[in-house]
Amino acid sequence: MTSFWSAWIIVLTLGSIFGYVWLLLANRKTDTAPNEVKSHVFDGIEEYDNPLPMWWFYLFIVTIVAALIHLALYPGLGSFKGLLNWTSTQQHEERVAAKEANFQKHVEGFMAISPEELSKDFKAVKMGERIFKSNCSVCHGSDARGSFAFPDLTDNDWLYGGDAVSIKKTITDGRIALMPSWSAQLGGDMDNMVTFVQNLSSEGMEGQKTNPMYNKFQQVCSSCHGADAKGMQSTGAPNLTDDIWLYGGEHHEVKLTIQKGRNGQMPAHKDLLSEERIHLLTAFILSLNQSLE
Amino acid sequence: MSEHPSYNYNVVRQFAVMTVIWGVLGMLVGVIIASQLAWPALNFDTPWFSFGRLRPLHTNLVIFAFGGCALMATSLYVVQRTSYARLISDSLASFVFWGWQLVMVLAVITLPMGMTSAKEYAELEWPIDILITVVWVAYAVLFFGTIVKRKTSHIYVANWFFGGFILTVAVLHVVNSMAVPVTMGKSYSMYAGTVDAMIQWWYGHNAVGFFLTAGFLGIMYYFIPKQAGRPIYSYRLSIVHFWALIAVYIWAGPHHLHYSALPDWTQSLGMAMSIILLAPSWGGMINGMMTLSGAWDKLRSDPVLKFLVVSLSFYGMATFEGPLMAIKTVNALSHNTDWTIGHVHSGALGWVAMISIGAIYHMIPKLFDKEQMYSVRLINVHFWLATAGTVIYIVAMWANGIFQQGAMWSAYNADGTLTYSFIESVIASHPGYVARAFGGFLFLIGMLVMTYNMFMTIYSKETQKSTATDAIGAAS
Repeated sequence: MTSFWSAWIIVLTLGSIFGYVWLLLANRKTDTAPNEVKSHVFDGIEEYDNPLPMWWFYLFIVTIVAALIHLALYPGLGSFKGLLNWTSTQQHEERVAAKEANFQKHVEGFMAISPEELSKDFKAVKMGERIFKSNCSVCHGSDARGSFAFPDLTDNDWLYGGDAVSIKKTITDGRIALMPSWSAQLGGDMDNMVTFVQNLSSEGMEGQKTNPMYNKFQQVCSSCHGADAKGMQSTGAPNLTDDIWLYGGEHHEVKLTIQKGRNGQMPAHKDLLSEERIHLLTAFILSLNQSLE
Repeated sequence: MSEHPSYNYNVVRQFAVMTVIWGVLGMLVGVIIASQLAWPALNFDTPWFSFGRLRPLHTNLVIFAFGGCALMATSLYVVQRTSYARLISDSLASFVFWGWQLVMVLAVITLPMGMTSAKEYAELEWPIDILITVVWVAYAVLFFGTIVKRKTSHIYVANWFFGGFILTVAVLHVVNSMAVPVTMGKSYSMYAGTVDAMIQWWYGHNAVGFFLTAGFLGIMYYFIPKQAGRPIYSYRLSIVHFWALIAVYIWAGPHHLHYSALPDWTQSLGMAMSIILLAPSWGGMINGMMTLSGAWDKLRSDPVLKFLVVSLSFYGMATFEGPLMAIKTVNALSHNTDWTIGHVHSGALGWVAMISIGAIYHMIPKLFDKEQMYSVRLINVHFWLATAGTVIYIVAMWANGIFQQGAMWSAYNADGTLTYSFIESVIASHPGYVARAFGGFLFLIGMLVMTYNMFMTIYSKETQKSTATDAIGAAS
């Protein structure tokens, strides 16, 4: 700030504070007899002119002194930085650095161990779980079982692959899935196609070969979801035969997905989480699926 | 009903009755949103009934409808009686009453529809803001015009506080509501970013300081000596704490923005001034309490006085808690937790509502020319419901704010990770939310008891004055 505004703040602040002191001292009368009534009466209400209570007077003085000390030590009076040179940015950085140093002590040696190995290490998995709860549970749930539009991470069904390298890449760089709208291409076949897709879970592609939608599916859908409808991890196109539905498996839900398309986004976490944290998270997520293997 | 020979009691009667009615409505919405926090299914997946829209309706109704009507009823009553002058204009008084009711009805319609400027305690959109300004200026002309006409040389202390409140709220409202209108129902603040936040909390904090503190101290300075039949303890103290209060309050807004994008110097300055605010705030409590010394025995028999005294105790507690929470290290624990909600309600329920209730009980028989309230017993019932409700509310929010939120959010494991996820603190807060809804429910029941008592006083034949006292009443 310019020196004019700095001076403006200092003069107004100190002027006000000394004004309070003057107000206190100017009205400090100790020599009155107690309960002396003022001459004016309002609607039957009289007023005594008792002196200011002593303890209240000193309370006021003490708070003023405390405020002045605070303004001497910390920034407050315009561009005067305060005797302690304290800033909130610096306080934040120091605290983060202290926590980070502590964290580094705990993860020592973990980076040399593969996530697959680490997923059997109780301490590493516990740390990964805590990182998960602070950073991932908002979307994937504190039990990691996901919710509508957010994948379940415990069912061993993977949109982009469930090996350590793929999981790490998903967390680090994020993923963008794009299912376009197919209204124009499907036209009047929409409802039949929805039923066809729903039946894939029970009958698969083979079981529906005679369905008129079979060829339509091969033309329109198979380039992403595969000729066998088992999905494609390179594009994140889901497996349609496993009865796991990211956006719901009811007729109207599947229809909405095909009609309007979907745009699933997993944000990149490389700027939010350190390499060590992503390493531990990967181990934790692998551990969730081990009992299923 | 015989009209008072020299004062305009009509507008005071209107405002007094509406204080109670808006109080019931505002607190009903409060109990609904408290229940929604405890049991989210009560949002019913309906936009207009959801917490996000009903919460500003609750705050607008209790602060501006209930509190506003209480302030207008009492200030227009006190200014006439202590100035020995009738309000300068009956039609202007009528305009202020109907204008203010229109503002509140518009709030009831627009806020659930989702029309909001998104400024806390100033959510109403720009056409309503303009209406508020017009009504407020009329109110100021009415009040100060009557002061000018007074038949006393001095101005009574209660009127200083009412006057300070009216002037400052006008400035706060106009400056904070400056906006660029887009449609009839949408505008954007004239200020940007951090400046907008600072203007907002300069307004927000002084809405508390002037609307909810100075105005209600005006009520205290008339109704406590009047109800207790005792002189004011110290004229000198009232001068010092009045000027100190209004001079210091205006600086304290930045403590709402600790550890934010607000520059460090502004935060520290706001904190320093907030600490100085303790003594000026307490001056009013001391003057009220000491006025009662010598009349403590009346507390046994007079439930109205109980309301007034307990309100001062909650005032003293809340104004100690405020400076404490403004200290940055304490604020780091308390900010964004239910502790803040508890602090606000020890002021709102304990201080603002209780002193208003006491003042209304004092005025109703006089305004409607009755011997006394229909049932003193029911005032007592109301007193205990209100006190128990307030205490349960505050304790639930302290417990939630300090232990289930402040402490849980800042708990770290040795490895630097957070001990608890956010949802775990929400689950831990659930019992507190249930207790808070129950406390608020008790307070609401008390207001319903008051409504019954008020209408029975107005309409029942049992409260009719005998002809002899009627003559005395008219002369007083």
